[in-house]
Amino acid sequence: MSTFWIILTGALVASTCGIVGCFLVLRKMAMIGDAISHSVLPGIVIAFLISGSRDSLFMLLGAAVIGLITVFLIQLFHQSGVQSDASIGVVFTALFAVGVILVSMYTRNIDLDLDCVLYGEIAYVPWNTIEIGGVDIGPKAVWGIGLALLLCVILITAFYKQFKICSFDPAMAAAVGIPVALFHYLLMGLVSVSTVASFESVGAILVVGMLVVPPATAYLLTERLSRMILISIVLGCASSVIGYYLARMLDASIAGSMICVAGGLFLLALLFSPTHGVIFRKIQQKRLLA
Amino acid sequence: MSDWLNILQDPNVQWILFGCMLLGLSSGVIGSFAYLRKQSLMGDALSHAALPGVCIAFMLSGSKSIALFLVGAAAAGLAATFGIGYITRHTRIKQDSALAIVLTVFFGLGIVLLTQIQHSGNGNQSGLDKFLFGQAASMLLSDVRIMAVISLFLIGVCTLLFKEFKLLSFDPGFARGIGYPVAFMDQLIMFLIVVAVVVGIQAVGVVLMAALLITPAVSARYWTEKLGLMVVLAGAFGALSGLVGTFISANGNNLPTGPLTVLVATSLFVVSVVAAPRRGVLSKLLLRAYVRNKLRGEQEKSVLQAERKETTV
Repeated sequence: MSTFWIILTGALVASTCGIVGCFLVLRKMAMIGDAISHSVLPGIVIAFLISGSRDSLFMLLGAAVIGLITVFLIQLFHQSGVQSDASIGVVFTALFAVGVILVSMYTRNIDLDLDCVLYGEIAYVPWNTIEIGGVDIGPKAVWGIGLALLLCVILITAFYKQFKICSFDPAMAAAVGIPVALFHYLLMGLVSVSTVASFESVGAILVVGMLVVPPATAYLLTERLSRMILISIVLGCASSVIGYYLARMLDASIAGSMICVAGGLFLLALLFSPTHGVIFRKIQQKRLLA
Repeated sequence: MSDWLNILQDPNVQWILFGCMLLGLSSGVIGSFAYLRKQSLMGDALSHAALPGVCIAFMLSGSKSIALFLVGAAAAGLAATFGIGYITRHTRIKQDSALAIVLTVFFGLGIVLLTQIQHSGNGNQSGLDKFLFGQAASMLLSDVRIMAVISLFLIGVCTLLFKEFKLLSFDPGFARGIGYPVAFMDQLIMFLIVVAVVVGIQAVGVVLMAALLITPAVSARYWTEKLGLMVVLAGAFGALSGLVGTFISANGNNLPTGPLTVLVATSLFVVSVVAAPRRGVLSKLLLRAYVRNKLRGEQEKSVLQAERKETTV
């Protein structure tokens, strides 16, 4: 049973991140996920200090607030003339430093260490379950990530057209009267919610990887946004299944193996994609020359 | 005050102060070029990508020698820069996605290797994660010596090739046109970033090393429009952050050096955003107020003149 829960959690994370990640890759903001997953640390610590418990709800709230602040600050500095990648770098490293200092100042004697906050372990998911009315209804992580996935699916399907235009041509989106800034923050909100919901249970690295690697792979395989989202979900789920068994075989970290499998799939697409693959393009060039 | 002086007289603290200062200086200098070439996050990616290199170095040698770790990390970093370059050049994937892909896949591979090492029951592994998360306080004299040599090397290369790097940062097409080996110099700058990152990781850790490459350079950009001055300023900001950060950390209260250094750098950045001449927030506000007043004065004058004309007519 625990195998099922771990794979399910991995697949849910992969689907949530795959949906949101496609838009990030298209909007050239792939590093945002990395930034948010680091910068939520002070939010988690502050929430912990205020509430005094390791209750996930408070931590999620604190993390989500800081996630939005991160996005806001990045946007602010970018608009005042700093290049966007540099403003991402400045903001998330500063917040992360604040978080590390808070941890070492206040929580030295309390049960909250950096590793467990930042690098949640997917292998422990099945043992952290919720009970309602005395009935065990499954791991907490599955419910949390499931809710995040539901939110993403609802919002993206409801505003699919708007998100699409905003990603490909923000100027045109503004011209036809779509509130571009609102959708920017909505997307960023979704990124922070899915990052935060997932990383506590599965670790930051899996979230950041699933946000970028499967969507980028899908980007090499298709020209349609809807197909790109579908492919990236399928690839993400496939890497979480294969990654789990690989980890069992090698006796290694599950999250790490899932990312490695996703990376391997990316490499395959990079070489053999029928439209954008390196090898097929070479063959095509030769054919044209001959 | 005398306490502070006492702390400064401790030779151990002196080494660490000196080491962090050098680190800030050299990463500020390299960071300026990275910033202008829109590769600020390269430092972040490369410092994560060092993990598998360090693990493989440990697995092959079985010993925890810093020199081997540095070689492994540098090799992994070079592989990562090559991967990023290959993906951006040969597919339609943009640089940010390529960075993120390489970062996560390398780091994931590193975690797999790390857990392998841990599960293999080798009792000697316990310092590996410390190496990556950085501990300035544990720096030894020999580490500081290595850092000093490498920092001088970095700064030397940047001084000697200043003109070439300048051209490459602002107009790579022109540089290629007049016959510079652009691809080679590209890789050289990457190599310098890799070296800076690898040296810095053990002092301040993976994430915060990225900050030392980015933040001083961005702050310096606010104060000047000249590259030479910007590089010098960025180096100075970096060195100052290293100095002050280490100083606060050494002054008791047991806070980690790396994050403090980053926070000092960030405060310098905030000061720059607010107070820098011409590009800062304050000076922009002042300029706006001045222009508004001037305009208003001119309007009043023209109204007065118009009235005067009417009265004379």
